[in-house]
Amino acid sequence: MAIQHAQADTDAAHSHHDGKPAGIKRWLFTTNHKDIGTLYLLFACVMFFVGGAMAMVIRAELFQPGLQIVDPGFFNTMTTMHALIMIFGAVMPAFVGLANWMIPMQLGAPDMALPRMNNYSFWILPFAFTLLLLTLVMPGGGPAGGWTLYPPLSLQAGDNLPFTIFAIHLMGASSIMGAINVIVTIMNMRMKGMSLLHMPLFCWTWLITAYLLIAVMPVLAAAVTMLLTDHFFGTTFFSAAGGGDPVMFQHIFWFFGHPEVYILILPAFGIVSEVIPTFSRKPLFGYGAMVYVSASIAFLSFVVWAHHMFTVGMPLAGQLFFMLSTMLIAVPTGVKVFNWTTTMWKGSLSFEPPMLFALAFLFLFTIGGFSGLMLAIVPADFQYHDTYFVVAHFHYVLVPGAVFGIMAGVYYWLPKWTGHMYDMKLATWHFWLSAIFVNVLFFPQHFLGLAGMPRRIPDYAVQFADWNMWSSIGAFGFGLAQLLFPYVIWKCVKGGAKATNDVWEGSHGLEWLLPSPPPYHSWNEPPQVKWTEEWGEFDVHAAQTK
Amino acid sequence: MVTHTASAFRLVAALAATVWAVPAMADKALNMPVGVTELSVKIYNLHMLIFWVCVAIALVVFAAMIWSIVVFRKSRGAVADTKLTHSTKVEIVWSTVPLIILVVMAVPAARTLIDIEDTRGSELSIKVTGYQWKWHYEYLDSGVSFFSTLARSSNAARQLGSGIDPNTVPNYLLEVDNPLVVPAGTKVRLLLTSNDVIHAWWVPAFGMKKDAIPGFVNELWFRVDENKTGTYRGQCAELCGRDHGYMPIVVEVKNPADFEAWLGAKQDEARQAAAPAANPAPTVQLPAPAEPASARTTAQAN
Repeated sequence: MAIQHAQADTDAAHSHHDGKPAGIKRWLFTTNHKDIGTLYLLFACVMFFVGGAMAMVIRAELFQPGLQIVDPGFFNTMTTMHALIMIFGAVMPAFVGLANWMIPMQLGAPDMALPRMNNYSFWILPFAFTLLLLTLVMPGGGPAGGWTLYPPLSLQAGDNLPFTIFAIHLMGASSIMGAINVIVTIMNMRMKGMSLLHMPLFCWTWLITAYLLIAVMPVLAAAVTMLLTDHFFGTTFFSAAGGGDPVMFQHIFWFFGHPEVYILILPAFGIVSEVIPTFSRKPLFGYGAMVYVSASIAFLSFVVWAHHMFTVGMPLAGQLFFMLSTMLIAVPTGVKVFNWTTTMWKGSLSFEPPMLFALAFLFLFTIGGFSGLMLAIVPADFQYHDTYFVVAHFHYVLVPGAVFGIMAGVYYWLPKWTGHMYDMKLATWHFWLSAIFVNVLFFPQHFLGLAGMPRRIPDYAVQFADWNMWSSIGAFGFGLAQLLFPYVIWKCVKGGAKATNDVWEGSHGLEWLLPSPPPYHSWNEPPQVKWTEEWGEFDVHAAQTK
Repeated sequence: MVTHTASAFRLVAALAATVWAVPAMADKALNMPVGVTELSVKIYNLHMLIFWVCVAIALVVFAAMIWSIVVFRKSRGAVADTKLTHSTKVEIVWSTVPLIILVVMAVPAARTLIDIEDTRGSELSIKVTGYQWKWHYEYLDSGVSFFSTLARSSNAARQLGSGIDPNTVPNYLLEVDNPLVVPAGTKVRLLLTSNDVIHAWWVPAFGMKKDAIPGFVNELWFRVDENKTGTYRGQCAELCGRDHGYMPIVVEVKNPADFEAWLGAKQDEARQAAAPAANPAPTVQLPAPAEPASARTTAQAN
């Protein structure tokens, strides 16, 4: 085929100076988007298990009423660190890893725009998380004021405070640099003929996410810096005695925090928008609408932050505004769900592991969306706020939402990366165990919240015992099931049935033109393909008939 | 088959009966309490309204998903209709219809919110101060104030490795030494603040929760229905440190006459404690201190 020959010539020309050093130097100094993508994904996987272990400690303590395992202070440290690790160590780096691997290949670009900065962006992270995790062994222990770090409580932290804050600054710098890289790559390195409205939705959602990151990570940096100066340098930003206001921290934090949760979900929206069309053998329904709606979600995400703060004593006008804006953001999100469903409608569906995870995402993220809509109603929120109802909501959108999205992406692209098909049976087991146990784990938490159980408590009144027991059983099952994931991946890396270029029958897009695995440097010459209106993409099948 | 439909119908009816009855079973409670104040009832109704709207939307959306998964399968021979790629009309419809549904929900929600924020006409004001880790209550016009701390029985049982079964402790983690006492049928206003970090005062049966912030005063109000005297329990609802889970709230709602009696008794106690000069001098004489008076005066002057 014309395209494969062109790629093979490039390989032959470059194979003798691939630039790929051996051993540890390769991984420390790589500027290759594939290597850096792999590093991010491996790091995220390790962090997922570290954060997961903390969740196991939490659920083990909450298995029964009474305090059996940990000191209440350490329990608070576990909840704080679990969130920080999962958000900044697992989900965000996993999405960056997928971006690094896929964006250049999907755009027909040879690499990211700024490869050396790409390397720095990654290597900051192990350093930052070592700092953060070391706080666990310091006198006074790790941070225990919640990942939201509200003062004055967070200022009662001991020696860990400067380390926690520095770790957050480092993670933020990594994210900002990564985001700059994504934007510059997408804006400048698309193959000739690929306009923005031709590019895959995964690239679109990452473009939008990158702008959100650049806008809000500096705000988080400001907020934690003010905590630092309040603690060490005598400022009183958050102290009423000095003319400040603890609630101001909450405003600044959530101005970052709300767009942050969209940062945590938009790339998953992009992945699901690739997977569902492939396994439905049908183009994504309403590509244009999906782009505009993703951008609307991003814009709206800047004006809803105070819905995390309805009980602080906000004036009525503020509460009304934030209630209405929060309800409004449900509309574009709903449109996305309708478009994905219509993509499946009158399709020809098959249910390989990526599709299984994408479908679970569709169902369960929607449930998380409904609880979110309930939380938007301010008078009702007075009963839900700071209870397990909120915990249930955000875990539904983050676990069967973001995490299942990541898993769908990994199972989708893994054969492309490794050149091997993976053990589908094991991956399907991973799916079913995860999908069932995630519901046993989080669904009862809705009931706990409605029954009156507050969050961030290590022990509870006996009427909450039954649902807590079920939730903990779900946690142990879910946690154990996750061990299958790295096993399937490792087994696939070692070997497996040879993967074709297309891998999946319904796949469309430039990455499926490349061999599986792709050469270390791919698209050194731009792809020789045409835009076809019929499929709404750069079509591999149309190109091959040329 | 007729039998299938009949038994299916019976199953659905049985499930529905269970769901409705279950809220009475506290251990496997599924829903929020209706509560005992006019606001809590309004909030419960709003909650149920939005819940049923979500269920209705879910039924439609999940039905479409399930239908696609079952009917449009490659294994069933389904062939994809690759021409079904976009429809501006449909996008407009499914943007507008949800928007209308949301407006319909926002109206009662806004009305209830305006009621909640209206603290005018309060008949009793109590200052509530959050501490790490207990509450302090002060009846502003009566000079009655006291701390409200986790009950000893709960405190003993909650210690790590105490070996005490929480099921044997009455109202485990929801009992205090001195509960807040308020009259039924009266608009009670709480003025919330904190001595240290942010706490939050919450009693689910009253439907009210608000943060207690150091250096600031927040207001919340509730009026317990006249015939709903009794004891209501809640917890701190903002992470405030190690013992955040161990500073519960207990409110005893008495009928107005009993409340007045209680308040009167408390005022007498307060007066007795504050006025020892009214009592006769003790008969035991303590020995005079050894140091000369001049040294002490010099020290005090410094």
